Amino acid sequence: MPAAAAVTEPSPAPVATPTPASPSFGALAGRWYRLNQDRLRATAIGVISLAAFLLVWHLLTTYRVVFFVRFTNVPSPLAVYASFTKAIHDPKFLMHIVFSCRRIFFGFSLAAIVGVPLGLIMGRFKLVHEVVFPVAEVLRPIPAIAWVPMAIMLWPTNEQSIVFITFLGSFFPILVNTLHGMSLVDPVLVRAAQCLGARERSIFREVYFPASLPHIFTGLTIGMGVAWVSLIAAEMISGQYGIGYFTWEAYSLVQYADIALGMIAIGVLGLGSSLLIRGAGQLVMPWRAK
Amino acid sequence: MSEIATATPQGHIEVRNFSLSYETIDGSVEAVTNTHIHVKPGEFVSIVGPSGCGKSTFLNAVAGFLKPTTGTITVDGERVSRPSAERGMVFQQYSLFPWKTVRENVEFGLKMRGMPRSQRERAARTLLGLAGLEAFEKHYPEKLSGGMKQRVGIVRALATGPKVLLLDEPFGALDAQTRVIMQQILTNMWQRLKISVLFVTHDIDEAIFLSDRVYCMTARPGSIKAEIPIPLERPRQQSMMMSSEFLALRRGLMSLIREESLKAMGGEINDLGMQGLNIELHGHSLADVL
Ligand SMILES: Nc1ncnc2c1ncn2[C@@H]1O[C@H](COP(=O)(O)OP(=O)(O)O)[C@@H](O)[C@H]1O
Ligand SMILES: [Mg+2]
Repeated sequence: MPAAAAVTEPSPAPVATPTPASPSFGALAGRWYRLNQDRLRATAIGVISLAAFLLVWHLLTTYRVVFFVRFTNVPSPLAVYASFTKAIHDPKFLMHIVFSCRRIFFGFSLAAIVGVPLGLIMGRFKLVHEVVFPVAEVLRPIPAIAWVPMAIMLWPTNEQSIVFITFLGSFFPILVNTLHGMSLVDPVLVRAAQCLGARERSIFREVYFPASLPHIFTGLTIGMGVAWVSLIAAEMISGQYGIGYFTWEAYSLVQYADIALGMIAIGVLGLGSSLLIRGAGQLVMPWRAK
Repeated sequence: MSEIATATPQGHIEVRNFSLSYETIDGSVEAVTNTHIHVKPGEFVSIVGPSGCGKSTFLNAVAGFLKPTTGTITVDGERVSRPSAERGMVFQQYSLFPWKTVRENVEFGLKMRGMPRSQRERAARTLLGLAGLEAFEKHYPEKLSGGMKQRVGIVRALATGPKVLLLDEPFGALDAQTRVIMQQILTNMWQRLKISVLFVTHDIDEAIFLSDRVYCMTARPGSIKAEIPIPLERPRQQSMMMSSEFLALRRGLMSLIREESLKAMGGEINDLGMQGLNIELHGHSLADVL
């Protein structure tokens, strides 16, 4: 019928399509440079800034500056590097790291496995929200470290109580952010799904869950940060292994270079785990990719 | 596709004695009152009225999102009690799922119906082709222009082969040129699919240009003030908007609407108090002051 032909008549609005790649390598490199100029600049400045930090640290420690703070006993970057090269061949140091990572893995995973579904269900079912929310609000302000004595009483082994502390630290940020995400779901999208024939379960899976994902990942990122904070504190207080324990032990044994090494290791591990989460977020939410 | 295209016209909407009140803290607010309308199978009917007169409320009730306070809504003799894929809806706010690609959005209704993946992919491609969108099937909605988003919204609503299509000011956010193209696309799809359309707008030209019949609504609480048949022949061309026939219809509708808009605004002004408009002249005439 003639109407059918008319349907396609309005041409799609023009969209910027990349011009065909020019074969010249020089031109390509030039374009790449222009497109990434900002990022290159940021990287260059970042490298310079880190180098300056190391230099200042080096100067402060070699000249043992005392000016309000005392750098007399602070290890120099070179000393820390020396203890780093020794440590990476030391199975005990690696074991400390493995222990900490394992505790984070179990504590954080547990928090995510419990916190995300609970937040989703609380966001959807009023009764669950009404029952769980007051308890959560009372427990939430208690810092995970304050749970250490209680955790030791609650759990038969030291390992379990440290994992429990890590779990508690990350649980509340994950729960609260998931709930927040649920509360922001656009009701028009729910209606759109309903009049396309979606029933309760599908709406949950196809609308509420993906709509909350950005906030869930915010919660996971914050939760991961708090998990490390809680873990290190717990390890310093009651650990037998772990990078927090290593750092505290170095202080007791007057091995000052190891203190800094422990701190840097904690920083690197924290950074690594939050990068992992960001990567997972990009994988799960391709529509948010830039 | 052919199955949808050759289906016998159905989708007889019948609304009798409809009213709907919102319960608020200040008591119940009547949004729509004593409204009767009908849409014959395959007919294109518009509702125009000043903003705030209850058009969205009415359409949401026909869709099954809101329960009438009094009266009945039936489609082909069946009472509307909840949203269903039989009544497709297009919203002003686009309401595409941001986490789904264009094609996945269009497939959604078919997926809810349990259609196998390969089959619904094919169906979605065909429909997107009709709307000139096949090149964008893998895009996420965020990357599309407003007009394209709304085209996807219409295609998505039509994909399940609904009996009626409900549109709530779907082109309100689009620029004038895009709106004209969208009107053309909608007309073509409607003629091809032979479904009933209930179209809500505050744009008189749009209502006349698209419709077989136009209902004019009063200011809040909304009810039907007039029913105007549009005898313009089809297919309609943009040039018809200059014809004396069109202009006469336009004049008639315009004066009906103007009365109601003034009433609606008058109510608002009274609610706010007339202070701003009652200039104290202290015995001087306006000419003295100016
Ligand atoms: N959820 C609600 N609660 C209370 N009043 C509402 C609600 N939704 C709409 N209204 C009121 O009902 C009237 C009609 O609204 P609406 O149907 O959105 O009008 P329109 O779509 O014609 O602009 C308005 O005066 C609005 O303030
Ligand atoms: Mg409205």
